[in-house]
Amino acid sequence: MSTDVAPGQAPPGGAAGAPRPRRARAGDLLVTACAVVGALVVGAVLIAVGDARTRAAAAYFFSYPWDTVVEAGWAVRDAYAALLEGAFYSPALSGKAALGPISETLVNATPLVLGGLAVALAFRVGLFNIGAQGQVVLGAIAAAWIGFALDLPAGLHLLLALAGGVVGGGLWGALVGWLKARTGAHEVITTIMLNYVALNLLTFLLSTRGFQRPPYGQAISEVVDGSARLPLLLGSPLRVHAGLLLAVLAALVVHWLFRSSRLGFRMRAVGANPEAARTAGMSVGRLQITAMALSGGLAGLAGASQALGVTGSVTGSIAGSIGFDAITVALLGRNNPWGVVAAGLLFGALRAGGVQMQSATGVPVDLVGVLQALIVLFIAAPALVRAVFRLRTRAGGVGGELAGGWTR
Amino acid sequence: MELELRGITKRFGSLVANDGIDLTVREGEIHALLGENGAGKSTLMNVLYGLYRPDEGQVLVDSRPVEFSSPGDAMAAGIGMVHQHFMLVPTFTATENIVLGAELTGRGGLLDGRRARQRVVETSERFGLAVPPDALVADLAVGVQQRVEIVKALLREAKVLVLDEPTAVLTPAETDDLMRVMRSLAEAGTSIVFITHKLREVRAVADRITVIRRGRVVGEALPSASPAELAALMVGRDVRLVVDKAPAAPGPPVLELAGVRVTDPGGAVLLDDVDLTVRAGEVLGVAGVDGNGQTELTRCVVGLQPVDAGTIRLSGEDVTGAGVREVLDRGVGYVPEDRLHDGLVGSFSIAENLVLDLVDTPAFSAGPAVDRAAVARNARERVAEFDIRTSGPEAAVSTLSGGNQQKVVLAREMSRPLELLVVAQPTRGVDVGSQEFVHSRIVAERDRGAAVLLVSTELDEVRALADRIVVLYRGRIAGEVGPDATSEQLGLLMAGAQPQEGTA
Repeated sequence: MSTDVAPGQAPPGGAAGAPRPRRARAGDLLVTACAVVGALVVGAVLIAVGDARTRAAAAYFFSYPWDTVVEAGWAVRDAYAALLEGAFYSPALSGKAALGPISETLVNATPLVLGGLAVALAFRVGLFNIGAQGQVVLGAIAAAWIGFALDLPAGLHLLLALAGGVVGGGLWGALVGWLKARTGAHEVITTIMLNYVALNLLTFLLSTRGFQRPPYGQAISEVVDGSARLPLLLGSPLRVHAGLLLAVLAALVVHWLFRSSRLGFRMRAVGANPEAARTAGMSVGRLQITAMALSGGLAGLAGASQALGVTGSVTGSIAGSIGFDAITVALLGRNNPWGVVAAGLLFGALRAGGVQMQSATGVPVDLVGVLQALIVLFIAAPALVRAVFRLRTRAGGVGGELAGGWTR
Repeated sequence: MELELRGITKRFGSLVANDGIDLTVREGEIHALLGENGAGKSTLMNVLYGLYRPDEGQVLVDSRPVEFSSPGDAMAAGIGMVHQHFMLVPTFTATENIVLGAELTGRGGLLDGRRARQRVVETSERFGLAVPPDALVADLAVGVQQRVEIVKALLREAKVLVLDEPTAVLTPAETDDLMRVMRSLAEAGTSIVFITHKLREVRAVADRITVIRRGRVVGEALPSASPAELAALMVGRDVRLVVDKAPAAPGPPVLELAGVRVTDPGGAVLLDDVDLTVRAGEVLGVAGVDGNGQTELTRCVVGLQPVDAGTIRLSGEDVTGAGVREVLDRGVGYVPEDRLHDGLVGSFSIAENLVLDLVDTPAFSAGPAVDRAAVARNARERVAEFDIRTSGPEAAVSTLSGGNQQKVVLAREMSRPLELLVVAQPTRGVDVGSQEFVHSRIVAERDRGAAVLLVSTELDEVRALADRIVVLYRGRIAGEVGPDATSEQLGLLMAGAQPQEGTA
């Protein structure tokens, strides 16, 4: 156990603050950085292998190996440069369009941050919420339905639609908490199953009058009224919308919840030692239900933000892979709200850049998925990262947290 | 075989668990390693058994240096170990457990059960250790399970047998049995390292005694040394073996149990028709060997364990089936037997643990938030009042020693007005210095007028603290005695007053 926290780091009276082991440590950041680098290196190998010119050069590798290296180098450079341009800044664009890449990064990051916060929140309470996907779907359904079915003044309409998204996802999550508290059903199983239920519910609704958009040929919902749309922050055509502000606000709230609030104190106690929490008179079951409701609510907000901010309607793919990427975002962010924000931004940038990379260099956007998976794989196996990068060994790490989540 | 440890030093970070320890165990000798919990006994034995590598020093077997990198090496060199918590598979038979890891195989690599059973029977007869070869370990009494462990070591031709706190789980009769076995093994030439912190046993059975404290050998003694001398060596100063207290002035009944019955989901009866009363201003001690219903007794009083029948009253009001919160709010303090499991959140700071069950009270609330200033102030006060030795109230409670962790639990429970204090195993894993403090706080709580329900497996502790003593045996109250009862009287009750039951 590391106790070498600098005295200045502990705020005065930080008694009820985040528990020490969860606090981001230099070692964790180093492992994370190494994991990203490691993933990019493996990704580079994949790019080189997939590159036609590199393969052509490799055909005469033994007579002139340098060609292969050069071609591979160019392929990797081009791909990663396109990735960066697509994510942050492209010299080819000017004026408002220059903000395009950043805008896309933020649009992609918004639901990942919200979903990541949802998973992280549950995790801090000792619950492994694999069901963010289903909760995102429910949030999107509820928000979109309020958005197109009700006729309300602007502002109120938006607020109600957002609240609907939170409640929809929250109830979906609370159901899991209730099942666990009441029957002991493991949340991993129930959330996975409820993901299927949510997805099929959506498919059903998309074929139902009153939800489906006329003329009833396609699986797409009615269009959300303008009064319920999340406003664009930088104006058309930049897609970045007010959902980003909600994500930041949500991070602040989660931060406050665990750092300062009594509810958060109790939830952390349940997450760290449910037996001691029960012995101290806390209602473990009720706190688990609350945590799952809050977690589901955040995931629901992610769905609402997509429906009201990006698509303006609901299709079968409204949730994409947000719910699953959220797990990796939470893991990468070490279940810390600001870590989740950073991880969400990273993955959002990868997503945005990946599109540009595919169109500019032909490297498939799926490489981004591979990079994400590798980053998380490296982080889940800190021993591997330490061995590869020859870091000093230290006990603990998020791998342990991950394992802990399963056994509780 | 002679075993020598020379200058063994083992460090964990900045903590020196063993500091240049020398120890020689002669052939056929019972060598007691005496020390408090946390003195470094287990670390030393884990070094010997190949589980830890020493940072300095050597292990010598018959004057030849050896190096163990795993328990397998140690076993091959003739060292056997019986851990405090047995390493047995409950659903296997005694024979299967004994040969596990060194299975006898016949043709085609199949297990040769008959030959294994035969060897087990031979070994247990040769050393006079009766073990039923075909019984499931789960069905055996604890004392017999221990014999299975010993036979397991002997079958692997252990010449040096290490017994780690072997009597912690035994009844007095089983303890006597074990001592007989130890003596006959020693006579047959086996050396025994007997790790314990119980003075009486050391004086009864050891040939030589090495006392360690804070990782160092602080002295050697012969069994003829007086308990006071040994205790002084162990803790480094004279220790009061008697708790100073005035006679009790019992008031009205605070806790009343009538016909309380608890069964586990499998139907086994854990508490059977228990009646007891604890009055204000008295300590009721509950003695008994671990696992005879003490855990369930304390848990059902505080509302953690539902009862199947009977009533529990607090100050005359029926609280049967009430939740923990309600019971605590009625002025009940609870010190659970396993503090890291039930009493503390290890990763939380000391300050946070000190308000674990108080965080929702107005004193520590600021609207929906925790009043952090109040929490910090409370922590400073409690740390000072209870003399909790720590680098600061922000340190994780898991970094504290057992004694200081216990002080955190006590400090928290005593920081609100109590009508009833339920204390289970208050000094388990607590160093002697802190034990005195814990005891005096319990007595102080009694003198303030609280009723105290004290559960402990340490007879000395129960006798020193309690005003009345009841003994639990198999979930029943086997009898009630005064605090001046002799060990023999208590021992008889603890074994169910039916001597044959001890080995059943």
